[in-house]
Amino acid sequence: MLKGHQSWIFHKKPVIVSTAAVVGPFEGRGPLGEDFDIVHGDSRLGQDSWEKAERTLMEEAASIAIERAGITQEHVQFYIGGDLMNQITSSSYAARTLTIPYLGVFGACSTSMESLALSSYIVSTGGAKYVLSGTCSHNSTAERQFRYPTEYGSQKPPSAQYTVTGAGAAVLSMEGSGPVVASATIGRVIDMGIKDPFNMGAAMAPAAVDTITAHFRDLQVGPDHYDLIVTGDLAKVGHAIASDLLDKHNVPMHKTRFKDCGMMIYDYEKQMVQAGGSGCGCSASVTYGHLIRKVRSGELKRILVVATGSLHSPVALQQSESIPCIAHAVAIEHSPEPPKED
Amino acid sequence: MPNSKLKKLTPVQQEYQKVALRRMPKRRVGVNCLRAFLVGGLICLIGEGIQQAMIRWGGFSKETAGNPTVAILIILSVLLTSLGVYDRIGQWAGAGSAVPVTGFANAMASAAIEHRSEGLVLGVGANMFKLAGPVIVFGTAAAFIVGLIRMILTQEG
Repeated sequence: MLKGHQSWIFHKKPVIVSTAAVVGPFEGRGPLGEDFDIVHGDSRLGQDSWEKAERTLMEEAASIAIERAGITQEHVQFYIGGDLMNQITSSSYAARTLTIPYLGVFGACSTSMESLALSSYIVSTGGAKYVLSGTCSHNSTAERQFRYPTEYGSQKPPSAQYTVTGAGAAVLSMEGSGPVVASATIGRVIDMGIKDPFNMGAAMAPAAVDTITAHFRDLQVGPDHYDLIVTGDLAKVGHAIASDLLDKHNVPMHKTRFKDCGMMIYDYEKQMVQAGGSGCGCSASVTYGHLIRKVRSGELKRILVVATGSLHSPVALQQSESIPCIAHAVAIEHSPEPPKED
Repeated sequence: MPNSKLKKLTPVQQEYQKVALRRMPKRRVGVNCLRAFLVGGLICLIGEGIQQAMIRWGGFSKETAGNPTVAILIILSVLLTSLGVYDRIGQWAGAGSAVPVTGFANAMASAAIEHRSEGLVLGVGANMFKLAGPVIVFGTAAAFIVGLIRMILTQEG
């Protein structure tokens, strides 16, 4: 299972039986709007607080994914999830509703792939028959926790990112058909001394590069092994820096397509999002809503999703700490053969 | 980034920040200044218009017209904040929409709206001055110091 320094290779590949992505209205108007299962017309989802709205996103994504897997929540052994809130409340409260035994994880925006990697590991070792993996974020809850009140009229610099309102969930099992998880690489915490929370792309880019190069080294493969390598939410600035760094390390990224979820989810021409999207819900909704469809259909054979997270808190930054960042990579493959068990 | 800040970083971090800096989109300072000038000026012009109207039709004198003018500007700013418009103006106008009366009202109203979900006392009451608080603290402190200097100068003079 362990391959190289920090990667898992799954000889028996866990199947992503079903996925679901639920987003807010702003994301629905973006270029991937068609790929999401529910696009809410009201970013508050009819709830009386933003936090409840975020939780509802998660609950809905989880319910749809479970239903699609053809099971009920009693069949799911574990739910592994997290979000951006203090004490990961959105996920924990969603777990209260779902009543599935729960493991809360936190890796900021990298939580989506952190939970998918852990879920895959548990399923592949026989630790569970079904595991639910999901993350969520909401623009308004993140704005107020990490930045200013949503209606505060300050100008955001062009490197700032816009937190995605959305949730994504996946059900994993060794049985059933669908895309499979082939390998995962757990990232190191990388801190390049960036202190500006409005420049998270630049802070996270080195972490993404570190995990991508570690993945290639551990698995003894190159970028051409994948049809698409997608970073979680580096957005315009971070993605450009990551490309520069990979170039510098002589990684032949031109042999594959190298994209970013934070750049795919919004339309830069029509939507005022500065550098692009961010948040746990960004990589989760793009992966579980958009990318997984393409892998399932065979349009993409192998993809590597590298979710990036900045692990700072507003308090740490006010105490002049810099932003430590992390990235986790999960390789998802198209599986042409019908399920063996059936 | 100034050199003094770079000194505390390791050589690898310094090297990286140089690489990263090249990809940083530039803030459009010229455009921002122009927009701030226009919007800030426009808000003040509206204020002046209200003040003149108060003097002409409201029965206020030149000295007393300031109060209703400020009140109307605050109401307008709070209205635009609650309708979700002020933050968009802010993104476009930059420092222009931060002019004292409307900017201050926006800072307070946005914090109040944001924390409404935690209740009136501990939510709205405790967080209303979250952004505007420093302005009051340092405004009062500065006024005290300036007043002190003035007192010393006038005593000596």
